[in-house]
Amino acid sequence: MTNEQQPTKEPTNESPMAADGVKIETFQLTASPHLRQPESVSHIMMWVVIALLPSLAAGVVFFGPQALLLTVVSVLAAIVTEWAIVKFLKKSAAIGDFSAVVTGVLVAFNVSSTLPWWMAAIGSAFAIGVAKMTFGGLGANFINPALAGRAFLMAAYPSAMTRFSPTTFGSLSGIDGISSATPLAQFKAAMADGSFQALDFQDALSNLFLGNVGGCLGETSALALLAGGILLLYKRIIPLRIPLVYIGTVFLLSWIFNGTGAHFTSSAIIIPFYHILAGGLFLGAFFMATDMVTSPITPAGKIVFAAGCGVLTFLIRKFGGYPEGVSYSILLMNLFVPLIERSTRPKMYGKVKNRD
Amino acid sequence: MKTAFIDFTRGLWEQIPPFRLVLGLCPTLAVTSSVTGGVGMGIATTFVLVCSNVLISLLRPVIHPKVRIAVYIVIIATFVVFVEMAMQAWAYPVYQLLGIFIPLIVVNCIIFGRAEAFASKNNVLRSFADGLGMGLGFTLSLAVIGLFRELLGSGAIAGKAVFGPSFLPCTLMAKAPGAFITIGCFLAIMNGIDLRKRGIK
Repeated sequence: MTNEQQPTKEPTNESPMAADGVKIETFQLTASPHLRQPESVSHIMMWVVIALLPSLAAGVVFFGPQALLLTVVSVLAAIVTEWAIVKFLKKSAAIGDFSAVVTGVLVAFNVSSTLPWWMAAIGSAFAIGVAKMTFGGLGANFINPALAGRAFLMAAYPSAMTRFSPTTFGSLSGIDGISSATPLAQFKAAMADGSFQALDFQDALSNLFLGNVGGCLGETSALALLAGGILLLYKRIIPLRIPLVYIGTVFLLSWIFNGTGAHFTSSAIIIPFYHILAGGLFLGAFFMATDMVTSPITPAGKIVFAAGCGVLTFLIRKFGGYPEGVSYSILLMNLFVPLIERSTRPKMYGKVKNRD
Repeated sequence: MKTAFIDFTRGLWEQIPPFRLVLGLCPTLAVTSSVTGGVGMGIATTFVLVCSNVLISLLRPVIHPKVRIAVYIVIIATFVVFVEMAMQAWAYPVYQLLGIFIPLIVVNCIIFGRAEAFASKNNVLRSFADGLGMGLGFTLSLAVIGLFRELLGSGAIAGKAVFGPSFLPCTLMAKAPGAFITIGCFLAIMNGIDLRKRGIK
């Protein structure tokens, strides 16, 4: 390349105003957006923490003080890990934005209450250290950190992660109290040997709704999760379409493929309710699939994402090796988010299709 | 002699495989669930690397550039068969541990990369030094990764338990994801050290 080909002067893009002799420096030029909301990251994260409190209360009620201990340890581990990484790498990232608290709480919600506390700490540290900070911290992680922490614990300590304790009220409700299997595990076993008609669905549903069943610390009480979810919806922190489409997809699929051979018998109608109330679906749909960083930003993309989560959850529950599939389905769909966003980019306002 | 020494040390930090070259990741991921596996694979690879480097450097004038890849593969494969038979005879437990990954040394990109990038252009002494340095660097890396993973994944060093019976091993570290996480962490630390060094300069 020769020197003549390079422009001798910077290309000029002066506005007409400047050509008329008005000093361009007198104008304040800022890039869009010009309308700003007072909302900040720490503000949003604080509301998410508040929305998670009812479920924490439910966890403590049903699983005892051990649930609170696990949550506190998990949150502390998340904060300490983030603080240490920020300090060590001399990053400018703010530590006080509550996002580590949310991750810590969600990790604790995703483990069994019988888990040793140090395992929860390791899961939390993994979530922050590997799944979040490695990729650049808040806003740059491509998978939900809390779910990555759970997946790590599932792979690292499978036996401790799948040992569930019955609730503290369990002994009052007969068989449920002795069994330590989660409702979904019971359901899967019953479907396998054809004895699911014997399951007392009506009785089970109210326990499922309140959360008086075995399972992960924060996932059992649909009522408490719903309360938190509605708060977040009201504050417009999470979009309605992700939880709605996610839960709706699971409901619809478990109704269509309910395994009884009929669709309008009483058990065929109760099974989908059982499916959406059991396991971690509400926790995942309201608090983890809606993660702003790892869900699509396009309106159509949100629907595709949520429907994908629903289909995968149902497939894992029905055909997979695990009784529960919410965490893996959200993690898998997290990986598709860039693809979904690219293919659902909205049309620019006023843009016409090329007609040639 | 001095250049040969520089070639030798290059493989120990500056271009240490697999971290710096990011070649030969397949055996690194597969066999480093224990120190024994890592060291065994490292020594086998070092032998093949040194021998193939020397032979390719010697045959430099007669290898036609158009068929060089095929020639390299034949040479490397010959030495791999040596190693495989030798391990079968004298180090059978390690041979069983490494399994298919011993014949797969043939397609280890480090060996191939050094043959193509170094031995085919330099004299025998320098090629020997380069192969030895790279091989030892690879052995060292694999041993460190293996130590880390075995310690966390099964609570042992070279098969001997070091923690008490109450230790709950993190089985993930002994599996493939543990290898990826370990290698990623080491890469990050090494890059960090390099950046600090350059920052001071």
